[in-house]
Amino acid sequence: MNEKAPLDRDERISNLKGMGCSRKRVEDVRFTQGRGNYVDDVKLPGMLFGDFVRSPYAHARIKSIDTEAAKAIPGVIAVLTAADLAPLNLHWMPTLAGDKQMVLADGKVLFQGQEVAFVVAEDRYAAADGIEAVVVDYEELPVITDPFKALADDAVVLREDLEAGADGAHGPRRHHNHIFLWEAGDKTTTEQAIDSADVVAEEMVYYHRTHPCPLETCGSVASMDKITGKLTLWGTFQAPHVVRTVASLLSGIEEHNIRVISPDIGGGFGNKVGVYPGYVCSIVASIVTGKPVKWVEDRMENLMATAFARDYWMKGRISATKEGKITGLECHVTADHGAFDACADPTKFPAGFFHICTGSYDIPTAYVGVDGVYTNKAPGGVAYRCSFRVTEAAYFIERMIEVLAIELDMDAAELRRINFIRQDQFPYQSALGWEYDSGDYHTAWDKAMAAVGYDDLRKEQAEMVEAFKRGESRKLLGIGLTHFTEIVGAGPVKNCDILGMGMFDSCEIRIHPTGSAIARLGTISQGQGHATTFAQILATEIGIQADSITVEEGDTDTAPYGLGTYGSRSTPVAGAATAMAGRKIRAKAQMIAAYLLEVHDDDVEFDVDRFVVKGAPERFKTMKEIAYAAYNQAIPGVEPGLEAVSYYDPPNMTYPFGAYICVMEIDVDTGTHHVRQMYALDDCGTRINPMVIDGQVHGGLTEAYAIAMGQEIAYDEIGNCKTGTLMDFFIPTSFETPHYTTDHTVTPSPHHPIGAKGVGESPNVGGVPAFSNAVHDAFRAFGLRQSHMPHDQWRIWETANKLGMHA
Amino acid sequence: MIPAAFEYHRPSDIAAALSILTEYGDDARVIAGGHSLVPMMKLRMAEVPHLIDLQDIGTLRGIDVGADRIRIGAMTTQHDLINHDALTNAAPTIRETALQIADPQVRYMGTIGGNVANGDPGNDMPALMQCLDATFYLTGPNGERTVSAREFYFAAYATDREDDEILTAIEFAHPMPGFAYEKQKRKIGDYATAAAAVLIQRDGERCTGASIAMTNLSDTPVFAEDAAATLVGTAVDSAAIAAAIEAMQQAIDPSEDNRGPVPFKRHIAGVVLQRAIERAWSRA
Amino acid sequence: MKKTPIELNVNGQTRTVLVEPRELLIHTLREQLELTGPHVGCETSHCGACTVEIDGRSVKSCTLFAVQAAGAEITTVEGLASPDALHVLQTSFREHHGLQCGYCTPGMITRAHRLLQENPNPTEEDVRFGLAGNLCRCTGYQNIVKSVLAAAEELNTQKEAAQA
Repeated sequence: MNEKAPLDRDERISNLKGMGCSRKRVEDVRFTQGRGNYVDDVKLPGMLFGDFVRSPYAHARIKSIDTEAAKAIPGVIAVLTAADLAPLNLHWMPTLAGDKQMVLADGKVLFQGQEVAFVVAEDRYAAADGIEAVVVDYEELPVITDPFKALADDAVVLREDLEAGADGAHGPRRHHNHIFLWEAGDKTTTEQAIDSADVVAEEMVYYHRTHPCPLETCGSVASMDKITGKLTLWGTFQAPHVVRTVASLLSGIEEHNIRVISPDIGGGFGNKVGVYPGYVCSIVASIVTGKPVKWVEDRMENLMATAFARDYWMKGRISATKEGKITGLECHVTADHGAFDACADPTKFPAGFFHICTGSYDIPTAYVGVDGVYTNKAPGGVAYRCSFRVTEAAYFIERMIEVLAIELDMDAAELRRINFIRQDQFPYQSALGWEYDSGDYHTAWDKAMAAVGYDDLRKEQAEMVEAFKRGESRKLLGIGLTHFTEIVGAGPVKNCDILGMGMFDSCEIRIHPTGSAIARLGTISQGQGHATTFAQILATEIGIQADSITVEEGDTDTAPYGLGTYGSRSTPVAGAATAMAGRKIRAKAQMIAAYLLEVHDDDVEFDVDRFVVKGAPERFKTMKEIAYAAYNQAIPGVEPGLEAVSYYDPPNMTYPFGAYICVMEIDVDTGTHHVRQMYALDDCGTRINPMVIDGQVHGGLTEAYAIAMGQEIAYDEIGNCKTGTLMDFFIPTSFETPHYTTDHTVTPSPHHPIGAKGVGESPNVGGVPAFSNAVHDAFRAFGLRQSHMPHDQWRIWETANKLGMHA
Repeated sequence: MIPAAFEYHRPSDIAAALSILTEYGDDARVIAGGHSLVPMMKLRMAEVPHLIDLQDIGTLRGIDVGADRIRIGAMTTQHDLINHDALTNAAPTIRETALQIADPQVRYMGTIGGNVANGDPGNDMPALMQCLDATFYLTGPNGERTVSAREFYFAAYATDREDDEILTAIEFAHPMPGFAYEKQKRKIGDYATAAAAVLIQRDGERCTGASIAMTNLSDTPVFAEDAAATLVGTAVDSAAIAAAIEAMQQAIDPSEDNRGPVPFKRHIAGVVLQRAIERAWSRA
Repeated sequence: MKKTPIELNVNGQTRTVLVEPRELLIHTLREQLELTGPHVGCETSHCGACTVEIDGRSVKSCTLFAVQAAGAEITTVEGLASPDALHVLQTSFREHHGLQCGYCTPGMITRAHRLLQENPNPTEEDVRFGLAGNLCRCTGYQNIVKSVLAAAEELNTQKEAAQA
């Protein structure tokens, strides 16, 4: 037999399937066969089902709850109300934002769909019958759905549980429906700069209330084993370790006796960061009944009660010289937080990272003030594919730039170009306190302009405007420009925590004797493909083929503590931890290799999948050989085994950026639109898996398209949610969804071990202003400055109508 | 979303179905494709103690394209309508309309009988049936009777069908050659913001016959007789179309919902009618 | 409410289950027959995550009572692969990154399977129209469409090879 020819270096690299290649996803083999394991797939012996009685009213006092008839229904085991939870002190729970929230209605309800009673039954059918039989006597109260009206002197008191005049978690509350005022920047300097400027543009920019609406709703299965005293909790948790800590603090069960498992998650997009009453009730019900209890919300419950996003009224002023150089930016936000402040932000940032709102521009002075307000709407305020209010910030600045361009009578692309932070200014200190790590905005912008043929588009647009004015056509062309800068990868423990837990993340690696490996992380994939991409990072770092590395997440009994997956933090934080843990493995492997090769440690160097003797590449030990040696040789001064763990505290956030351009035709008569082109250039630093990045961008752009063009959570005046099903809550099908063109530049993060910045949210953050700006731009020639999203058909029609375009 | 309990019946012929309907009266409902009824039951907005599944009644299915008349069994699905070549040759408007209903899965289940009988003003087939001047066949304990589609609808979910009757078939004459069903909606799967069904016949440059009906612009489908009349005898020029739109506006009574306010609906009603007339005219 | 036995022919096997008349087919499949490929997404027949094939039709099994399917031939995503190999659609979705969280995937593939039975040479627009009863929140559909078009081509190649 011929001996196999040794592989050349390129082949060895290619076999690794490491960073930079479009490795096919390992997850897909299960998923394409229907072998995923989502929370509703969890089936335990004797498992019961819990379901909620929910309030039909947005604001009402509860005079009585009669559960007798429900308990008499065959199959109904128990009905829990606040009165049952009160002795356990579980009728309220703390929120991530320092407020508290009713688990079950305690005396009153504050939003439609609020949880009032929890029916536990043998199956979901009996539970549904039980819900119908619970009789609740409500006394309706005045409803506030407008955050500005909520702050009127005579507005009804929503939160009677809060002491009048007492401070909240984030400082003084100036009104009974006020939550906090959070500020950044220098107010005085900014006002001076704006008041003395050549040109000032002022606008109210509203980013409407919407919802992440992953295809899988939220749910949990709690199983309290009374014999071992151990609680196991499966659930749709984007942050399983945090859930374990919260569950322990709430229930008094010691943390080692709680095991939280996030199984496969059917999309998160921020919806599954929060802690919901259903989770708490399933735990209590399991403790009470001694049986496993499953709770899975239906779609209406999901849209009405868990995790809204956005709902920011942003009043802005931006000033510039007459040549267009920006001199100041000011923003005051009225933030509608709903009935409880359950926003999912790092503790010290009640308005998230909204103060990234100076965007990609070199703005010398800026000020932001955010007022959080209670209303009779669902709580939440999650980051819907967004890093803590960055979407709102990006939308705000990208709208203000457009409005300023109108004020200056300038091309909006040119206005951006002359105000971009220059490459030589990085690291860049923003006026609102951030240190941007790296960027090359001009290069990205020029590439985008060239790719879409910007100048020709402007000519075509002008011709269409003329044709419209001559009465020959009813179609307009909009060119939606956006250059966004994201801030992701929360975050440095010195200023980022959630409920006191620093926002580090972690990775633990075990190399098996035969040279394969398992890596466990504190994050949890919801479709991002961590099992694929983290193995690629490791493959490159430790020279073991990605196909021989199992990545496991989501089981708190086995995974190291981490803060979970949201805010594009997995790659910047856990990805860094993975690289760092890999480097610890490599350092030990180097010692083993040197011992095996009988040379000094410094005389070997890492080469793809092996250590070689410097200057003598024919003398080497592969990682496979080294792994075996780690377990079967007594190496002086080296412990057996090959394992490492890293807890990574990032020194800074990362700042991905991108240039997006949407070309949209609008039919003025119908209010309908056609996206002719959607070009998205992303710079997320080092690219781990281009195929996965493209997939993330396609998905995020589609969410952005939905948000900009029709998706909203809307209420009527008495607080009825009008968008509770997928008939009315806009999720585009394959037929409406545009085709996308993706592109990239690469500007690595200087402080990240592998230079990666994160990409998951960029397309949502940048996509919304691109689509919205396209609509606005189409009407610019007819005098439009600002119209509120979503730009659905009737709102576009209304815009045209107000501009006198319907004869 | 779990429906209340019910008893299930699956009769194999009409007589058996009618006897169950007669026995339980108001407490019984027939189910065809079920894609309107089942969601209502899951939301507990429809209570149906006795559900009568018509799927085993073979006589309710089928498409018969005769020399003069076209007859379609009530249990014929939208999918079957779309894929029936003889029907498409004889009355292509059926296919054009059916393709705009809901989505592929729903069209495999949704039936023409269910679509016309349920009385939902959002359904597309009722307006088309009015436009075609279709006849509905109803069978009850006292035998069979017919009713014109143009007389069938009283209000949302209120029709001329008695509780103990089953709509068994629809029938219509071979339609005028020019046709269009123009529907504006927010996305696939949505009901119409406004839709217009138009049939036109022409002789050279002169319109010799027209029929118009509108969807989701009132609590019933709207047969716009006057609007059609304004077209007849004209060259279907812009003045004639404007007059037809004006007449149609007199007949509709839209209400506000998430698709938009009333003035928008009226505007879109005009746009879809204009486009439907133009397309139908070009095909006539 | 009394439960009655019904026979369902699922993925080529006849199974007898006890159901209340109101039991939705999706629950029978998932909870009694432990076929958890089809998922519940919206419950109002908009999302298609629960799509299965019944007697040659793509059906949203959350909007059908199990009793209505008594006697019918049902195929779920679990029934698409042969004992030896995955279905071309399953490999194509992986090859072209046609899925992310995987929740819509079983319904999407099951629907695509029927679409290609009826139209073996679809255009991109045919695929986009034919899959419009299945929502996906992760992929933006672009790679799903690519996966289905590639699968169509591969299936046609296989068919030609078999005939040659």
